Parts: sequence; structure tokens; C-alpha cells
Amino acid sequence: MNEQILAQYHILTIVTWLPAVGAIILLFFDKQRKAGIRLFANLWAVLCLIPALLLVTYDREMGGIQFIEDLNWIPQIGARYQLGVDGISVVLIILTALIGVIAIYCSWDYIQDRVKEYYILLLLLQTGILGVFASMDMFLFYVFWEVMLVPMYFIIGVWGSENRLYAAIKFFLYTLVGSVVMLLAILKLYFIFPEYLSQHPQRVEILRSVTAAAQMISGQNESMLQMIQFAIDRAANGLPTFNIMAMQALGTARLDGHPVIPLDLQIWLFAGFFLSFAIKVPMFPFHTWLPDAHTEAPTAGSVILAGILLKLGTYGFVRFNLPILPDASKDPRVIQVMVFLAIMGIVYGALVAMAQRDWKRLVAYSSVSHMGMIMLGIFALNENALNGAVLQMLNHGISTSALFLIVGVVYERRHTRLIADYSGLSHVMPGFAAVFMIMTMSSIGLPMLNGFIGEFLILRGVFEENKLWAAFAATGIVLGAGYMLWLYQRTMFGQVTHEANKKLPDLYKREWAYFLPLVFLAFWIGLYPKPVLSYFSRSVEVIVQQVRPGYAGKELPIRAEGSSRRRAVRIAERSDSPDERNALGTRSSR
Amino acid sequence: MNIMLLMQAKPDWQVLAQDAARLLMPEMLVVLFACFVLVLEFMLTPEQRRWAAYLSLAGLGAAGLSLALMFATFTTAEVGFYEMYVVDEFALVFKVIFLLAAIFTIALSIKFLDVENEQRGEYYSLILFATAGMMFMASGADLLSIFISFELMALTTYILVAYLKRDRRSNEAAMKYFLLGIFSSGIFLYGMSLIYGLTAETNLTKIADALARLARQQAPQATGFVAMAGMIFIAAAMFFKIAAVPFHMWCPDAYEGAPTSVTAFMSVGPKAAAFAIFARIFIDGLPSLRGDLAGGSFGWVGLLAIVSALTMTWGNIAALTQSSAKRLMAYSSISHAGYLLLGLIAGNETGYIGLVIYLFVYVFMNLGAWGVIVAQRRATILGERVDDFNGLIHRSPGMAVMMTIFLLSLTGIPPTAGFVGKYFLFAGLIETGNAWLIALCVLAVINTAISLYYYARFIKAMFMSDVKEEEPLALSTSLQATLVTATVMVLAVGVYPKPFIAFTESAARHLLGL
Repeated sequence: MNEQILAQYHILTIVTWLPAVGAIILLFFDKQRKAGIRLFANLWAVLCLIPALLLVTYDREMGGIQFIEDLNWIPQIGARYQLGVDGISVVLIILTALIGVIAIYCSWDYIQDRVKEYYILLLLLQTGILGVFASMDMFLFYVFWEVMLVPMYFIIGVWGSENRLYAAIKFFLYTLVGSVVMLLAILKLYFIFPEYLSQHPQRVEILRSVTAAAQMISGQNESMLQMIQFAIDRAANGLPTFNIMAMQALGTARLDGHPVIPLDLQIWLFAGFFLSFAIKVPMFPFHTWLPDAHTEAPTAGSVILAGILLKLGTYGFVRFNLPILPDASKDPRVIQVMVFLAIMGIVYGALVAMAQRDWKRLVAYSSVSHMGMIMLGIFALNENALNGAVLQMLNHGISTSALFLIVGVVYERRHTRLIADYSGLSHVMPGFAAVFMIMTMSSIGLPMLNGFIGEFLILRGVFEENKLWAAFAATGIVLGAGYMLWLYQRTMFGQVTHEANKKLPDLYKREWAYFLPLVFLAFWIGLYPKPVLSYFSRSVEVIVQQVRPGYAGKELPIRAEGSSRRRAVRIAERSDSPDERNALGTRSSR
Repeated sequence: MNIMLLMQAKPDWQVLAQDAARLLMPEMLVVLFACFVLVLEFMLTPEQRRWAAYLSLAGLGAAGLSLALMFATFTTAEVGFYEMYVVDEFALVFKVIFLLAAIFTIALSIKFLDVENEQRGEYYSLILFATAGMMFMASGADLLSIFISFELMALTTYILVAYLKRDRRSNEAAMKYFLLGIFSSGIFLYGMSLIYGLTAETNLTKIADALARLARQQAPQATGFVAMAGMIFIAAAMFFKIAAVPFHMWCPDAYEGAPTSVTAFMSVGPKAAAFAIFARIFIDGLPSLRGDLAGGSFGWVGLLAIVSALTMTWGNIAALTQSSAKRLMAYSSISHAGYLLLGLIAGNETGYIGLVIYLFVYVFMNLGAWGVIVAQRRATILGERVDDFNGLIHRSPGMAVMMTIFLLSLTGIPPTAGFVGKYFLFAGLIETGNAWLIALCVLAVINTAISLYYYARFIKAMFMSDVKEEEPLALSTSLQATLVTATVMVLAVGVYPKPFIAFTESAARHLLGL
């Protein structure tokens, strides 16, 4: 089988570390030979894309974690070098590799000084991000999670615009606060896992239940089950483990109808992970680093920040919070807070975006709004919404990266980001206006483009849960159309007022080269999303099963007022936890 | 003293000679070379003075070899000199730390002393004596031997701080440090006398037994009070030595005024030595006074928790506003003392590993950072302000990158050694499951984030500010070699900590009594 052959060749190690190898090779370049450095970095980025593309051989029928690699790393604490990907990580890794190529390519002219360091840092950043998506061991995950902060800090701080120092340290501090708190939550999980399996008075039952949960998560995937079973066996002997999937099994396991990890502990742990991921996403009110960092960073930095880094937060929620702490995730109080913050993000982000005078800042705030939408999709906790949320992660990566590139194009020509400095650009730069139009529409969610599919799925899922939430989310889309179209109108239409704008060249070939793949992807996902969806729909299904056992999203009708209540009752009958009954009761009665 | 032992058949000198050959080899070598360097000083012309440094390095190397031999043949803890002196894995690991600190310091100092025009043999001799004192401290199994070796280390450091005798700042710093230092020694002695008065023992394990017996027998309240007072006095002296809040006032002044190379040494060696006897006295000698946060009984664990919380928070907050690199690093070292206390507070294997491995990696990351500061000192430039680092990446990219790695390690960002250390310290607290300790841990991680802000000021200056002056750094081969070694170690411990954890694990096990 393909998957096993590739795993034998350590495909994930190659995908993760290849950029770092490039960075090391770059160290030996003479820093005066800028052209050579540039050429090498670009070629290397393309080279890095190739192994990432090989991951499309992921077996969608089998699902689960594939391409597993497992080596002993720090035996004393049970940390292992474990890599593996499920459908969600596969698409995000391919997106990362692609955006990486584009980010490196778009810096060709823009970065003129300290070229060597710049490309070294960009490549190291790629390794950090890819490592986060590929890690199956929490310790390893944490290492990658923090490592990537350092290059990003330098990219903003050295190559950013006027206010870069402030933005850089703000970004670093915010994310560091979040991640160190997450470290404590990870440590707590790490210590309770062997405790439950080897010292708990009912350890035999727990062991049985965790094993059953592991089988449920793994499905047909034998190698994944093996990996989890290894961790469980160790824990049964009192040895701790950092394996993420084993933690998921523990989180999913039941003991006499109650979760093995008690609810209040789950909520504390949830809070620990939440802080880290919510800052990364960023959710309102933790978003204040984002406009600064995105605005001040060089174009490539903004593209990577918006295109990939933000997805790490939502990925964290999907990988950690939901499956490891399912009972906290569906606790009505938690859901209320999460949904409230998500909706606040959607509406507030959109309103603030509307008030911006700075083009780049507007795009940055639009990210807050869009990420709020993804968070809402995640915490609707059903398959449609979660599928939509994952798809929307991709879509946002495509459309917002493109929007930042668009700002970069005009900034490189005019060195101003103020919207008031531009008008009537469609007369001088028709090709640019066309690309901008497509990406604006993608961002708004026009049918036939990628944004529509994602937002439709999210809204459909959210509507199943609560119509009021859906109504708020829809407001966000309307406001989004408002600020994006207004921006388009102000910059592209009307008369060319500024003298300097009259002679602007249209897109160069190099710029077309990085816009076209994004435009192609936007149309592809918009017209025929099935191949993309098929990669992660199985993983999403399992996650929903973990959070809401017995949930049968597929059989449900999409509409009808009474149906959501009926379904809630049906689940409540089936479900064995009183908390869950409460959760669904309150939510459907609202 | 144990009468029975004194009355043994063997004559004293024979027992002592045997013990010395068996247990004291590394220390004897260090002392021997220290005396030799002192004498050699008079035979060297000013141009040859550097030979004193090389000879000291050779002495430390010889001691290191003999220590390696002891490690290789180590089977079980050995006690000698009438139970005053113990060689166990805990002591051995700490001796390695001290030797490394001394070697690094001497390598950093050679060029620095040239620049200061104070290249003399007595400097190296004093460092060797201090090292010998620290090595004795790690092996002290008796309050008396601990105190004497403690004073040997302290007195030599006072002189080292005052080493630049024509520099007023150096003199002022030494005076402050000396006055407060002897005061704390007095408090230390007073605490010891209370414990001795209560138990009639000076040997740590016997004190532990006697205290446990007393607690069971008569009037537990009265003896409990005296024991508690003794413990608090000893703790106060220890807090002074590790520069924990509220006994930290001397630290920024002394660190700023002392010659930078001496500051580098003080921030690593004597601090680690103080932690060694801290752990030894409190865990071996006063376990019955530990107290318990869960049950609410007060003891040293509660005291340490409060002091640790104050120390890391105040150290970090005060560091935020410093403009002098030396003062900033002084406050940073105060906050690190706060983190290190966490290992003693946790009181489990993870926490003890954290304490030892953190002290071990602290040698590399802190001496590395200080080494870069030392290199800033040139004939006409003090190089002690954070601004002096401006644009270092253009002047000396290698230094800037290495400094960044040290600073990230001090912050605790993976994959550096500092992260491994912090991981164990935090994990130890979480492992206890105690709500108070977990709260302390949350405070510690928030402090970690605060510390990033002031460490990042160096990074900002080095990478994101314009060059202020162009004069090249005072680099010497030995300094560069030291910094490269430190960088390699910081990254090696961070990326593949397995062998280093194994190395410190044995010391930690000893503290648990395993």
C-alpha cells in the first residue's frame, strides 16, 4: 500500500525537516550574493512542496492517523518522536507548503537587505509550522509550537514597517503567554493518564473503556491502533505518555456513564488549552496582537500569519479541546462562552474592518471576523459545521493570503497602505483589479468560489443547533460583503485622483505566477469541493462521534423547527451523561 | 562528634590520610594548583602572566579527570572524615557543575583582565579557592564542614568582587556584599546553634533523626518552636546566598560593580553551591520541618513557596526597566533563583531533577550570556548598557546569534536547554496535584512570559537597532571557544536531553533517599 511505502521512507520527517535543511544550506552562502540566495530559496521551497504533495495518497477510506513514524526520544519522560497525519492535517500541510512557496516567491523584489537571514528564517518557520501539524506527541507538538514563534518574531521585527518593534514583541508575548499555560494543561494530562490506568481503584474498567475508545477512534486503521495501544500499555504500567491519540481515547472513555476525566478538571484543562489556541486564532478579546502583527509584517510575513499561523489555533481546538475534553467542549456554559466570543469576533471584526483607513489593517480585521466564523463552526459540534470549519480554514488561507498579496502589490509600487491614496486603480491595472475582484468575492462567500462552500456548510451546521447563532453569523457575512465591496469600490473604481497612480504598472509575470494558483484553488474548491472534503470528512465524523457519542448528523433533516428539539431529546435519551442532557436541553429550548 | 569514632584503634592521621586519598582527590588538586598559581605569579614577567590562567585551567582539568575517575568507579555513597564529608552522586554532579563554571569563567577572563590591565595570578588562584570551597560544600554532611567550606567560598568571592582595586564601583560593591554577607553568615550560624542546642548533633542525618525523635517525645510545641526558628534562620542565610527576595538587595549592586567576569562566575558557581547545601540541609537534615501545603501545617515548603513567588515576580518586574545589561542580568538571576526553588518545593523526583538539571544548564546559558557581555568591554568602552548591543548582528553576527540562543534558553523556549530545565521544574509542581502548587506554577509560567520581554530587549538591540559604534569586540580564542561550547551544549541539552537527564537523575534520586 502506498501509505505504508511512504511511511517507510519517512515521508513526514522529510516534509517537516526539508525546509530546515534548506535553511542550513543557506547558512553557507555568501551574504553578498543575493541573487543566488533568492534563487536557491525559491527552488528549495518548490522542492519542499513535492513531498507534501505526495501526502495526497492518504487513504481516505481507512481514515485515521497515517504515515506514522515513531522513535524513542526522551525515554525518561516518555516523550517520543511521533509523527502522523489525519485528513485535517494533510490538507493543512499541503496548504502550508503551498503558501510557503508563495510567501518566499513574493519576497523576490520586496526584501532587499539582509536577504540571507530572511530566507533562513522563512524556511525555519515552515519547519516549525509543518511540525505542529504532523506531531502526534504533545511534547513534540509543544516544541514545534514555540519554535515557530522565534522566526516569526524576527520576520516582523527586522523586515516589518514603521511600528514593527512593538508589533513583533506584542505578537511574541501574547502567543508565549498562551503557550506556557497550555504547557501546564499538557503536563496535567500527562500525569493523570498513567494515574487513571494504573492506580485508580477502577483501573480495570477504565483500561477496558480506554481500549474500546481507542478502537473506536482508529476504526480500520491498524497502525494507528497499535500506536495508541502502545501508549496505553505503558500507562497501565504506570509510565506516562504524551501521545495525543491516547489522550483522545482517555477523553472519550466512559466509566459508569461518566467521563473518566471529571468534568470540572476537564473545564480547567479546557481553559488552559483555550488560552493558547484562542490567542492564536485569535478570538475576541485576544485578537489585539493580530492587527498590529499583520499590518507591520512584510507581505510574506502577513501571508504566512494569516494563511497558516491562525489555522494553528483552530487546528488546536479540533485536535485537542474537542476530542480530549469532549465533556467540557459540550458543557453548556463552555459552549455559551465560546459561541459568544465567536459571534463577537465575527461582528466586531467586521465592524472594525469597516472603519479602517489602512488597507492592510482592514484585511487583518477581516481575518478576525472570518476566524470567528470558523470557531462558531467548530463549536456547533456537528459534522456539517465542523466540515465547513475545516474547509473554511483552507479557504481563509487561500483568500486572505491573496488579499495580503494584493496589498503587497500596491504597497511595493506606491509605499503607502492608506485606502485614501488609491482610487480608480481598475483603469490602470485591469489585471490586478480582476484578481482582486475574484478574491474579494471569495472572501465574501460568493457561490462558485471557495468561500461560499465553507460558509454554507458552517451556517447549515450552526442552523441545526441554534437559529439565533446562525442569524448572527449571517450578519457577519453581510457586513463582510459591506466592507470588502466598499474597499473595492474606493480603491478600484472612480477617477484616478493621485498623480502617482496614473502610471502604475499592471501585474508582472511573477505576480501572476503566485496569484494564479490561488485563483485556481478558489474556483476549484468553489465548483467541486468533494475531493478536498473527502480528505477530512472521515476524521471530522470521528471527532463528532467522540464529542457527542451517538450523534447521527447524517440522518437528520436540514430544516424544520421541531426537529432540532426532537433530535435533542433523542440524543438525550441515548446519551448517558446528565451534563450532556442539560447541554442539549438548554440549547434546543433557546 | 561521635566519641566512638574518635576512640577507634587506628591513629587519626592514618584515617585522615586514607579518607583524603579516597574522597578528596579533586579538591586537593584544585587547592594545590591554587597555591601553585599564587607562587608562580611572582616568577612571571608581565608578558607571561597569562600562564597563570593556563595553569589554572590545567589544574581544573586535572581535577576534572580525577572526578571522572570517581564517577567511573562510583558504586555507593562513601562517608569520611568522621562523618563530616560525604561523596555521593549528588555531590559528584554538583562538583562537575562547579568545575565547568570555573573553567568557563577563567576562559572568559583572560582577555577581559588584559583590557582591564589587571592580569594577575591571584585572580585565578582566588577562583580556584572558591571552586574548592564550593566542591567541599557539595560534599558537606555536617553543619560544621558545610559552614567552613561555605566561608571559604564566600571570602574568596568578596575579594574577587573587589578585585579591580582602582575602580570605585568595584570597591563599593565589595563593601556592600561583604557587610551583608558576613551578616548572613552570622544568621546562618545562629540558626545552626539553635538546631545544635535542640538536638546536640551537627551531622545532618543525625539531626534529622533527633528532630523526628523530639517531635514524638516531649513537649512538641516548645521544641517545635525552636526548631522552626533555627530552620527560618538557616533559610534566611540561604535566601541571602541565592539572592531571593527579600534578601536580594545586594545582588544588583554587587553584580554591577564587580568585574564582569567575576559577576559571571558568581551568578553560576556560588549560586549552584548555595542550592547544593540548601537542598542538603533541608532535605537531609530538616525533613521533619518540611510541613505540608495540603494539610495546612506550616514548614519550610510553605516558606519557600512564598519566597519563590516573591522572588520570581519581583526579579522579573524589576528587570523590565533596567538599562544596564549587568543589572538586568542580575535581576534575571534573581528571578531564576525563584524558579529553582520550585524544585525544592515540589519535593518529588521530577522536581529534584529539575533543580539539578536547571543548575547544570544554567552554567552554559548564563555564563554564555555573560560571556557575550564580557566581550563588549573594550579599552574605551564599558559595554555594560543594553544599548551597547545595538546592531551587534552587523558587527559580529556569530556573537549575536549565540547571544540570542542563550537568551531564548534563559526564557525557556524550546529547543534549548532552558526549556528542558523549566519543563522539569514545572512538571514537578503539577505532579504533586496540590492546588496551591499548581497556582504557584501558573505564576511561574506567567513570569516566564514576562521575562521574555526584557530578554527580547537584547535581541531587539542586536538585530533591529542601528549600530552605535564600530569598534570591534574584544574577542579571544578562549572566549570564542567557550561561547561556542556553551551554545553547542545549550542546543544539545535542548534537542537530545536523554543523556543529561540520566546524568542528573542520579543526584535527584539521592535527595529522595533512593
